[in-house]
Amino acid sequence: MSTEALLEVRGLRITATRPHEVDLVRDVSFEVAAGEMLAVVGESGAGKSITARAVLGLLPAGMRVSGSVRFDGEELVGASDAVYRKLWGHRMAFVPQDALSVLSPVHTVGDQLALAVRSVRGVGRKAALERAVAALDRVGIPDAARRARAYPHEFSGGMRQRAVIAMATVNDPDLVVADEPTTALDPTVQARILDLLDTLRERAGMAVVLVTHDLAVAAVHADRVLVMYAGRHVESGPVHRVLRNPRAPYTAGLLASLPPRHAESRYLPAMPGAPVTTGSPPAGCAFALRCPAATDHCTRHEPEPAEWQDGHWASCHRLAELPRRTTDLFAGSTA
Amino acid sequence: MTAPLLEVRDLVVRYPARGRRTPPVLAVDRISFTVDAGETLALVGESGSGKSSTAAAVLMLRKPEGGSVRFGGRELTTVEEPGLRTLRRGFQPVFQDPYGALSPRTTVFDAVAEPLRVQGRWDPATGPARVAELLDLVHLDRSVARRLPHELSGGQCQRVGIARALASEPRLLVLDEPVSALDPSMRAGVVNLFTELQDELGLAQLFICHDLTLVRHVAHRVAVLHRGRIVESGPARQVCDAPTHDYTRELLSSVPDPDRLTVKDGHGWRHASSRCELA
Ligand SMILES: Nc1ncnc2c1ncn2[C@@H]1O[C@H](COP(=O)(O)OP(=O)(O)OP(=O)(O)O)[C@@H](O)[C@H]1O
Ligand SMILES: Nc1ncnc2c1ncn2[C@@H]1O[C@H](COP(=O)(O)OP(=O)(O)OP(=O)(O)O)[C@@H](O)[C@H]1O
Ligand code: SF4
Ligand SMILES: [Mg+2]
Ligand SMILES: [Mg+2]
Repeated sequence: MSTEALLEVRGLRITATRPHEVDLVRDVSFEVAAGEMLAVVGESGAGKSITARAVLGLLPAGMRVSGSVRFDGEELVGASDAVYRKLWGHRMAFVPQDALSVLSPVHTVGDQLALAVRSVRGVGRKAALERAVAALDRVGIPDAARRARAYPHEFSGGMRQRAVIAMATVNDPDLVVADEPTTALDPTVQARILDLLDTLRERAGMAVVLVTHDLAVAAVHADRVLVMYAGRHVESGPVHRVLRNPRAPYTAGLLASLPPRHAESRYLPAMPGAPVTTGSPPAGCAFALRCPAATDHCTRHEPEPAEWQDGHWASCHRLAELPRRTTDLFAGSTA
Repeated sequence: MTAPLLEVRDLVVRYPARGRRTPPVLAVDRISFTVDAGETLALVGESGSGKSSTAAAVLMLRKPEGGSVRFGGRELTTVEEPGLRTLRRGFQPVFQDPYGALSPRTTVFDAVAEPLRVQGRWDPATGPARVAELLDLVHLDRSVARRLPHELSGGQCQRVGIARALASEPRLLVLDEPVSALDPSMRAGVVNLFTELQDELGLAQLFICHDLTLVRHVAHRVAVLHRGRIVESGPARQVCDAPTHDYTRELLSSVPDPDRLTVKDGHGWRHASSRCELA
């Protein structure tokens, strides 16, 4: 698999250098092949966004990357801006979590998209605008030709989010890294966007890294999933294995805290405890404080990823001893 | 009968034309609804249907073109700015975009303290403890107080926004997709927090939300917006379990198919979809 991967990340480490050195992400590895979608899930603060940014060379100042990020065979860790500039927008595109910040308030949405087209393709103004309008149309902006003349603040939240997705996909990149691209979208529009990504994957072999909080979206659309906690790998593998048969207690806890089908209480189940912030990683397994299966050993030693079944990896000392239905670990403990 | 806390009648929001090539947009077209103290009304509807425009009008961030908005028995549409400022303490927003609500150079501490300062309720002796209490309330580690927004994750930012809204001790929260940016576990935590505050303080909520499972759980009533009009409304479970309008059905049916998440072995199944179950 690794030889065919379009994107191959090995032993990724992201270190904040100010005010003092702290590892925000440690030893994370994954790969994505052409046409494939990898979902990255995990609680807030797990390091999903900075991992996504590291892939694209878009980390903020004050963060350092080590390990390896290979895109189409080329090593990007330590690559110059010139190398990245050739890739951005053209071969790899980004939908950041704060998507609205990508749009300039002083240009119309259509002009911004057309500019993106022209920066990559040698086409005229008119052709670029046509392509821009088509891109808005395919993300479901009604009356796209007219709406292209609007400024971002004249769009609704969901329309702006779609405009950014249109911008990322307008040049048919090989890889799109999308950080929570559908959070502001209602189910109807969300389905449309995910279908669009699926179509682009099938037709054009586009690869997608999708950072999402929505496990249902991951389950339905992704091929593989990477679960992160406190900047570390928790579990990864084919989506049907990891989400149907989670081996790491953390993944099980995420699944157990989904709103139940029929609930009488107005209170929702939630995983007990709060996520540790990566700034203060405890010794041992980062999840130990919240884990119903934790032992003394867990609090002293950090688990390494181990392969459970082909391609299904989990970082948990008790991988082999846990009950078959790991979600049972959380039965009753969610409040 | 006591009057509702919030009473909206025939609300109209129209964005004016800009030149000849962009005609006016009628975003909200004569909608009416009420929210009682201690009640949650969810506003659902597809992107562009007028939810945020409604919220902005209720918050008097944009004067509606027509209709009336009464809060605690007072008509808001005729009050001018200095008067509005005091009234606003009673109804506080939490917005969709976690980063947008915070200014990039203001620390978390100052962001949460700001409403207290602006409202002249800042006491240097007790203020910091109050800020810490608000951070606790939204489950933020106190150590984030010194950080700037760009040093926070999306979910952390959003909780700062919620702490800010709570600082004013409002009677009504206007929540424009407050939890969309949160992970499910934190989403449950924050929504439970809202419910808790509601149970304890009788807080009312106008809750704009795309997650229909959530809506079914926490809202008392739902109003479905479609192209600026309310096409269906009623008790949350009734609307979610037995929608009568085609558009509501469509909204409910477009959520991802949860079957691939069904855990096949054992007792029944759990599912992971953001959808209301059709009864
Ligand atoms: N510029 C920064 N300086 C220092 N720490 C940072 C910075 N940006 C992010 N962090 C920290 O790194 C950790 C990971 O952040 P990241 O934004 O990747 O989380 P996330 O998994 O995307 O969370 P969310 O789901 O809330 O978006 C967090 O603890 C965050 O506070
Ligand atoms: N400042 C503005 N100027 C012109 N048109 C606007 C402005 N703000 C919103 N609109 C338009 O009004 C309509 C309703 O927008 P609104 O933001 O209320 O939708 P929404 O239901 O909140 O959608 P979303 O779920 O995408 O946030 C949309 O067609 C939008 O383009
Ligand atoms: S290593 Fe121990 S604490 Fe960590 S998830 Fe496994 S059982 Fe729980
Ligand atoms: Mg993030
Ligand atoms: Mg909106």
